[in-house]
Amino acid sequence: MDERPRTGGSPDPGTPPRTAGGRPYADGPGTAGPPPPTGHLRQADGPRPAEHQRPTEHPRPADRLRTLRSGLRVYGLIAAMWMRSTMTYRASFAITALGNLAATSFDFVVILLMFTHVDSLAGYSLPEIALLYGAAGTAFGLADLAMGSMDRLGRRVRDGTLDTLLVRPAPVLAQVAADRFALRRLGRITQGLLVLGYALLTLDIAWTPLKAAMVPMMLLSGAAIFASMFVAGAAFQFVAQDAAEVQNSFTYGGNTLLQYPPTVFAKDLVRGVTFVVPLAFVNWLPALHVLGRPYPLDLPHWLAFTPPLVAALCCALAGAAWRAGLRTYRSTGS
Amino acid sequence: MRFGASAPDADIQRRFLPKEAVVRLYAVVAAGGFRRYATYRVATAAGVFTNTVFGFIMAYTYIALWDERPQLGGYDLSQAVTYVWLGQALLMTCAMMGGGFEDELIERIRTGDIAIDLYRPADLQLWWLAGDLGRAAFHLLGRGVVPLLLGALAFDLALPASPLPWLAFLTAVLLGVVVSFALRYLAALSAFWLMDGAGVLQITWLAGLFFSGMLLPLTLFPGALGELARLLPWSSLLQIPADVLLGKRTGWGLVHAYAFQVGWAAALLGAGRLVQSAATRRVVVQGG
Repeated sequence: MDERPRTGGSPDPGTPPRTAGGRPYADGPGTAGPPPPTGHLRQADGPRPAEHQRPTEHPRPADRLRTLRSGLRVYGLIAAMWMRSTMTYRASFAITALGNLAATSFDFVVILLMFTHVDSLAGYSLPEIALLYGAAGTAFGLADLAMGSMDRLGRRVRDGTLDTLLVRPAPVLAQVAADRFALRRLGRITQGLLVLGYALLTLDIAWTPLKAAMVPMMLLSGAAIFASMFVAGAAFQFVAQDAAEVQNSFTYGGNTLLQYPPTVFAKDLVRGVTFVVPLAFVNWLPALHVLGRPYPLDLPHWLAFTPPLVAALCCALAGAAWRAGLRTYRSTGS
Repeated sequence: MRFGASAPDADIQRRFLPKEAVVRLYAVVAAGGFRRYATYRVATAAGVFTNTVFGFIMAYTYIALWDERPQLGGYDLSQAVTYVWLGQALLMTCAMMGGGFEDELIERIRTGDIAIDLYRPADLQLWWLAGDLGRAAFHLLGRGVVPLLLGALAFDLALPASPLPWLAFLTAVLLGVVVSFALRYLAALSAFWLMDGAGVLQITWLAGLFFSGMLLPLTLFPGALGELARLLPWSSLLQIPADVLLGKRTGWGLVHAYAFQVGWAAALLGAGRLVQSAATRRVVVQGG
């Protein structure tokens, strides 16, 4: 705890490592230490994160910004703690990271096996599908690394350990998202980037600066869209505690769906993932534009440039859902 | 705590319990396994939802593949789509991605609670097998039937109309569950030596996912990889039950399929017993 970076200004985030879920190895070596000095939890003169006050009045923009900054800082601290804890067992980390890479590679192995029998799938060649796969896989990998722990929220609601997070003077969302931060998820990002690299090297695309800029734009907006699904799914778990699997349908299922071209799926399904759950903006719309392919639903091509806007909207909606969910939370009391 | 040369469990059981009581004991354990999983209804409904979503996604990719190559792997289009939904129905039943008793058994080995289990008047392997059969029965009813019905509503599935193929299918599923149990039991016992079974479990479920035919029917695997995959025990989990239901294994073919499954089940259960006796004789139980 002594080596925890200290920055002035904002209040101390409390004791992130000690009681995280009550797990035996929750605090990595070196983090055990004397309890923090009292007075941190109720610092009267310091700025308090807005999330902790029941929102009776509309928070001012300055408060919002302060919450965001404190949230990012708390996230960084907790994630760093988990990374130190993981790195204690280096061999175990290497094996699980490799296993993660192998497990995510299976999806692509299936596609490769399919292409041992065919030359094109629903009108798309292997490199074209690899572009869709790599973009979706990398975007999802980024979201999974940052927010993948959100699906543990149902368990925390069930066993009451969410209460521990609520009494800490730090945004709950940041604490839940950083809980059990798993560096092994880099395996998924690595695999996605490898497939994306293969696609970009083998595809014959007339690159323009705009098209080239669309690739990183697609990855970042896609990651934000997937991250908003993780948050919205967690918000849903405030209501339906045991339903972590429903969230998996949209996150992992969405990722699987986007690995294939839209021509594979029924029109109604494509409509659903364009207008209801905007997964199509993760990779289909921008990547099809890069590939110069027609859109599945006769949509205008300028939609290819809208993923950042859609991602911002998704994040705003997911944030609202999260706050609503948190307000309905009642402790199990056990 | 160190166990002596005579493992106590089987002896005690033979000496003190009449045969009917032994049968009843394992029946009660199996019923407990069923009830334990049946308790979480919301989680089951959520799981059915997920199985259905993945079923739809995979069915459409199979349709795209079979549109290009009808009769690929010996299946026509509706048989291929049926294969997808059978996979979703059996994913949890045959625990192709793990997620049965093994985490708990490893935890008991790690903490030393296993010492208590070994002194119970019940056989360790049969105890966990009974519980896992109960779990599988629930997962077949709770997680298997509904996705298959939904799949049949949305797609044209090649499901048999007469009861006999279904009976043959259920037998193959039962044998598949036993093979799956035997594999996971072996993996869990590795914790006696490794303490942390996470790596071994991960390898087990990766192999299960790949070689069971869950990703793609094993008949589509190329050349030597395909032949190897069809000989490994994991093909008992999905490929064989699916082929039985789709009418690819009848007559002597069916007998051959059952013999394959029984052979693997016997070999793996036997290996499990050997490892178990080695573990209980030589390994120092933690926490004693």
